Amino acid sequence: MISLIPLVVLIPLGSAALALALPGRRRAQQLITVVALVCVVALSGAFMWIVDQQGALVMQVGGWAAPFGISLVVDRLSALMLTVSAVVLLGVLLFSLGQGLADGDDETPVSIYYPTYLVLGAGVCNAFIAGDLFNLYVGFEILLVASYVLITLGGTGPRIRAGVTYVVVSLVSSILFLVSIGLVYAATGTVNIAQLTLRIAELPGNVQLLLNLALLIAFGIKAAIFPLAFWLPDSYPTAPAPVTAVFAGLLTKVGVYAIIRAQTQLFPHSSVDQLLLVIAALTLIVGILGAVSQLDIKRLLSFTLISHIGYLIFGIGMATSAGYAATIFYVAHHIIVQTTLFLAVGLIERQGGTTSLTSLGGMLRAAPVVAVLFFIPMLNLGGIPPFSGFIGKLGLFTAAAELGTPGAYWLMGVGALVSLLTLYALARAWSLAFWRTRAAALGGANAPVPNTPEGLMLQGREVALIERLHDAPDAMPLQKQRETPRLMVAATAGMVAVSLLLTVFAGPLYSYSTRAGEQLADSGLFVSEVLDNPNEVSSGSGKNEIDGYDPRASKAESAIAQAGEVS
Amino acid sequence: MTLSIPLVLLAVMVALFAIGVYLLLDRSLTRVLLGFLLVGNATNLLIFLTSGAFGEAPIYGEAEPLDMSDPLPQAFILTAIVITFGVSAFMLALIYRSWRLAREGEDAVVDDAHDLELVDAETLTTDEVTDEGLESEPEFDESNTTDTFEAREGHA
Repeated sequence: MISLIPLVVLIPLGSAALALALPGRRRAQQLITVVALVCVVALSGAFMWIVDQQGALVMQVGGWAAPFGISLVVDRLSALMLTVSAVVLLGVLLFSLGQGLADGDDETPVSIYYPTYLVLGAGVCNAFIAGDLFNLYVGFEILLVASYVLITLGGTGPRIRAGVTYVVVSLVSSILFLVSIGLVYAATGTVNIAQLTLRIAELPGNVQLLLNLALLIAFGIKAAIFPLAFWLPDSYPTAPAPVTAVFAGLLTKVGVYAIIRAQTQLFPHSSVDQLLLVIAALTLIVGILGAVSQLDIKRLLSFTLISHIGYLIFGIGMATSAGYAATIFYVAHHIIVQTTLFLAVGLIERQGGTTSLTSLGGMLRAAPVVAVLFFIPMLNLGGIPPFSGFIGKLGLFTAAAELGTPGAYWLMGVGALVSLLTLYALARAWSLAFWRTRAAALGGANAPVPNTPEGLMLQGREVALIERLHDAPDAMPLQKQRETPRLMVAATAGMVAVSLLLTVFAGPLYSYSTRAGEQLADSGLFVSEVLDNPNEVSSGSGKNEIDGYDPRASKAESAIAQAGEVS
Repeated sequence: MTLSIPLVLLAVMVALFAIGVYLLLDRSLTRVLLGFLLVGNATNLLIFLTSGAFGEAPIYGEAEPLDMSDPLPQAFILTAIVITFGVSAFMLALIYRSWRLAREGEDAVVDDAHDLELVDAETLTTDEVTDEGLESEPEFDESNTTDTFEAREGHA
């Protein structure tokens, strides 16, 4: 089983190459992509099962022992992230198959969508199984380069404009990550995460803090936490609906995953955890206030995405096993639900021709299925019981109550408020798009007012809902309304079903998350799983190094000392 | 064993970072790309400097292990160079496309229509402010307004 670990990266990459080699044959490309992702879903599901039974799977690539070779690690957290990501990738792929077939994309000369999509999947999987920082960086780069291509797909004006912002911001974060790796290597002489756990603990406190903050900023840009999230609502909404959906579900979560790994494995008792709680509160509030003031549903959802990253950071910042468990459950829930909502918006855009709340209306009658497909994940994201969003938030609040610090109680209040505001923002979008009549949407205030008292009351409310948004930026100009292919609806319905499954099987999943959380809270466990003889490699004493060769032990220290003298 | 980091390399790294960050902040995309290249190379130098003192080529059997350079940073740099190369090629394509679309003979970052709407919404509320009033205002920053006006004219 261990030798199957690299397959979650190799299958998508190999299939991408194969799909690229068959440029004209759309059918073959689609078949390859679907088969590859089904394989990844099956593999990661199997990993999740095995890892839960037997503990982490560790592969030392090329047979080189841990500190020298590259380690690929699948523990409970990685396995869950892999499974959820693979399911989301497959669901969104089916959606885009439906959309692509209807849009006649056979006319484009070069078909790069499917290969790029597979490369994106490979990058995401590589980041999740990386056992060392540099491999994590490579995973990030693979998924980022694929995402650059996907976000500028078609090369239209708005996409290029949004893509430039996205690419430049991502480049800066990549450079920061690389600089952080350089600093970590200079300080410790290794990039293997398990060995770093041991060596970082030996560093002076201020060096630890510097490394921690450097990594946090690099990951924070990707995870879209508060002061570093400005790029997200600007760039995501312009991409095609399936691309936005998969970005919203996965890319920010890869950043969150990296933050989890850094805070649990590299800096287990860091004072940055307190800072994370503050960041969580600010992310929650600023994100949701952005969402409340949006007229375009896609932008609205982008802001709720940022806001709910705050919940994840909240769980990490508590630094207890219950907090980690809640975060892990919430990540799984949020990936699925946020993706589903973006897919539902894709359906709205298709059916209504726009995502602007000023122009949408009467869709409850025109598209009742879409109304339901948007309604269920909306309640779920807003945290209405019995959905998984409620369970995740309950887990977070319970962990906060167990922690019992004033900061944790404050965050509970903020979390509850944000949950209500999420529901408010989404429910307003739903009632404007689906509930009000088409005539009211088209005619604005001049629409004929229904004569019944209920009609008058509703009319007044709709006007009030829109009025508060008169300054908000509106969506792109109207597009042609088109038929919605069955596959698109089916894929969205499938994702809604998956989100409901998370609710139905919340018990087993939450106990799985609890075990994963306990695993994370004990940073020594990961070390003993990855390194054969952790005691020998711990301090770089040179005993176990090849032929007594240990370039790091003395060089790194004197290099730092020298650097200090020079400056 | 005495080890040292050459001051020249350190100074070059600092200069590359400084110029690179300055260029990254420019509005012209070509300069942003140049800035990215400089910052990328500065990062490579940083990683190179982490390997400590220079030694023999790290090939097994060619030299005593203790005399060798640390090979790992070199592998990092090699990977980083390849990634930078690929991303630069993509950036060039993006810049060309952006320039073709803008058709203004410039490759500057295009303004966000939504941002401009917000700017318009704000100016509505400050209509009664006259030019004389603005000039006598101590906090008033001239460079900001010219930027805004240019941007708005470009989109008018």
